[in-house]
Amino acid sequence: MAALHEPHIACHIEDLTVSYQERPVLWDIDLDIPPGVMAAIVGPNGAGKSTLIKAVLGLVRPVAGHVRLFGLPIAAARRRVGYVPQRQSVDWDFPATVLDVVLMGLYGQLGWLRRPGRTERARAMAALAQVGLEDYARRQISQLSGGQQQRTFIARALVQEADLYFLDEPMAGVDAVTEAAIVALLKAQRDAGKTVVVVHHDLQTVARYFDWLVMLNQRIIAQGPVSQVYTPENLRAAYGGQLALIGTLDAQADKAP
Amino acid sequence: MSFEVSHTLMTVALAALLIGGLAGVLGSFLVLRGQSLLGDVISHAALPGVVAGFLMSGSRSFVAILLGALVAGALAGLSVQLLRRGAGLKSDAALGVVLSLFFAAGVVLYSVAQGRPGAAGLQVFLFGQAASVLRSDVVAMAVVAALVLGVIVALWKEFQLISFDPEGARAAGLPVERLETLLSVLVAVAIVLGLALAGVVLMVAMLIAPAVAARQWVNRLGPMVVLAAVFGAGSGMAGAVLSALGTGVATGPVMVLVASSVVAVSLVLAPGRGVLARLAMDRRARRSLHRRQVLEVMAGLSAEHANPAYRSEETMLDAYLGTPARPVLQRLEREGLIRQVPHGPEGRAHWELTDEGQAGDRA
Repeated sequence: MAALHEPHIACHIEDLTVSYQERPVLWDIDLDIPPGVMAAIVGPNGAGKSTLIKAVLGLVRPVAGHVRLFGLPIAAARRRVGYVPQRQSVDWDFPATVLDVVLMGLYGQLGWLRRPGRTERARAMAALAQVGLEDYARRQISQLSGGQQQRTFIARALVQEADLYFLDEPMAGVDAVTEAAIVALLKAQRDAGKTVVVVHHDLQTVARYFDWLVMLNQRIIAQGPVSQVYTPENLRAAYGGQLALIGTLDAQADKAP
Repeated sequence: MSFEVSHTLMTVALAALLIGGLAGVLGSFLVLRGQSLLGDVISHAALPGVVAGFLMSGSRSFVAILLGALVAGALAGLSVQLLRRGAGLKSDAALGVVLSLFFAAGVVLYSVAQGRPGAAGLQVFLFGQAASVLRSDVVAMAVVAALVLGVIVALWKEFQLISFDPEGARAAGLPVERLETLLSVLVAVAIVLGLALAGVVLMVAMLIAPAVAARQWVNRLGPMVVLAAVFGAGSGMAGAVLSALGTGVATGPVMVLVASSVVAVSLVLAPGRGVLARLAMDRRARRSLHRRQVLEVMAGLSAEHANPAYRSEETMLDAYLGTPARPVLQRLEREGLIRQVPHGPEGRAHWELTDEGQAGDRA
C-alpha cells in the first residue's frame, strides 16, 4: 500500500491539465476541497467545470497532474465516491424502473457475478425515500418528469453511502420546488459529515446554497469559503465581459455574508 | 420419404429456433445501445472471411468457413472502434466505411473463388439456405449458443449498466471498453452461427427486428430480452418451415419477412407505445379538452348574461370550438350536464347547463 498523500483533504488536485486534441481545457489546476463542506464549482460556459469532475473521477485522462481523494488515487477510492452525471447523458427511454436505476448505484460495490438481493433492494428503497420518490419505485423511467429523473439519479448516488459526492448541474432544468428539495437533501448530507461538490450555473443562489466556492475558467480563479471568494473582483475575473449582469451581481455580492 | 422430410425439417427448425433466439437476446443490447448498424457491419464483413476460409481450407469445411467469418467480423468491429477513437470519425461514418470496405473485399474474393470446385456452395452464405444445415451443426450451434447465453447471464448487471449509462459504469469502476468489446464478440459469434441460415445480407434483421418488437410490449430489460428471444426463435422457426415448403426458397429472406411482420404488428398494436394506443391517447386527450372547453364557454356565456340557465345557440358553440360541437354536446347531454332546448323564432338548437352542469363539475 502506497503512502497516503494529503489524506486529510477530501479532494486534492495538483497541477491538473486536460486537453482535448490540441486545445487545453483545464490548465494547471491546484485545488483542495476540505471534508465536510458543500462546494460549488462555478464558471462560464466552456470553463471546464464538467471536465474537472470527469478528470477527478478518471473519466477523462489528464495530460499532467494528479488527483487524490482522501489521500487515495481514484481507482482505490471509488467506494467512497458517488457521482451524479448530467441528466441528459443517458436515454431515459431505456427499459428500466426507477428502482432498477437506483440499484445500479450498487453494482460497483457488489462486484462480479453477485446480483442485487433483498438487502440491496431495501437500501435502494431507503435512498428513494430520501429523495421522496418511494412511491415511484415501480415507475417506468420514461414516465418521469425532469425533476424526478434528477432525483432518481441522486438516489442512485446516495444508495452508495459514499463520503464524497460529485454532482454535475443537478439543478439544471428542474422547478423551484425540486431545486429546494435537492439543496435541502445535499445540505443534510453535508451536515452528516459528507463532502458535496456541485457544478452550479446559477450565480444568484451560490451564496445561499454553498459554503465553499471554486471559481473556474480553465484555470482556478479563486477557491475558499464562499464569503471570501464571492467578490465582484473574482466574478469579473472569472466571467469577464461575458457577465452582462455584473452590476446587479456586484450589489448581490456586497450583501453576501 | 415423408419421414426424411420431417427429419430434415426438424433439424432446420431447431437450428432456426436457436439462432433466432440467440440473435434476439444480443440484438436487444445492440438496439438499446444505439448500435443496430454494428450488427450490419459485422455480418457484411463476415463475407470475405467466409470466402477466405473456403479458399484456404480448399473445401466447404464448415469450421474453416465459420472461423474465417468470425475473424473477419471481429476485425471489422475492431476497425470501427479504431476509426472512431483513433481517427475521430463519427460513428455512422466509421460504420459506413468499414461495411463497404469489407463487403467489397468479400465480393471480389467471392468472384475469384467462383472458379474453384465446390464454390457453388458459397452462395448459401449470401442469403442463407436452411437445408444446408446438418444435424451435427445443430449440436454445435446449441453448445455455442449455451455458452454465449451463459456469459450474458453471468455479466447481466454489467451489460445492463454499460447499455444504460456507460459513463456511470466507468465511474463505478467497470472496465467499460473491455465489456463493450466482449459484447461485440458475442454479437459476432451469434451472427456467424446464423450465416448459413440467414445469410450475410439479412442476418442483421434477425438481430434488430425481434428486439424492436419486444421493446414495444415491455418496460424492463429482463422481460425485453426474454421476449426478443421468443420473437426471434418463433420467427426463425416459422421462416425455416415456410421456406422448406417451397423448393429452393432461400431461408433468410423468409425468416426476415416473418420477423418484420412481428415488428409491424408490434408497432401498431402494442399497448402504450403502439401507434393505435398513441392515437387512442390523443383522441382521449382531445375529447376531454373539447368537453372542458364547451362547459367553460357555456358557463362564461351564462355569467355574461347573468343567467345560470342561459341558452347558448349551437352554431355559436361550433364557432367557439372551431369544429362541430354536436358530438361533444351529445356526450355532455348523456352525462346529464347540459340539455337541449328549442329556442328562438326558427327553433334552432340551443343548449343550457343543467343544475349539475352549473354546479361546475368540469374536471
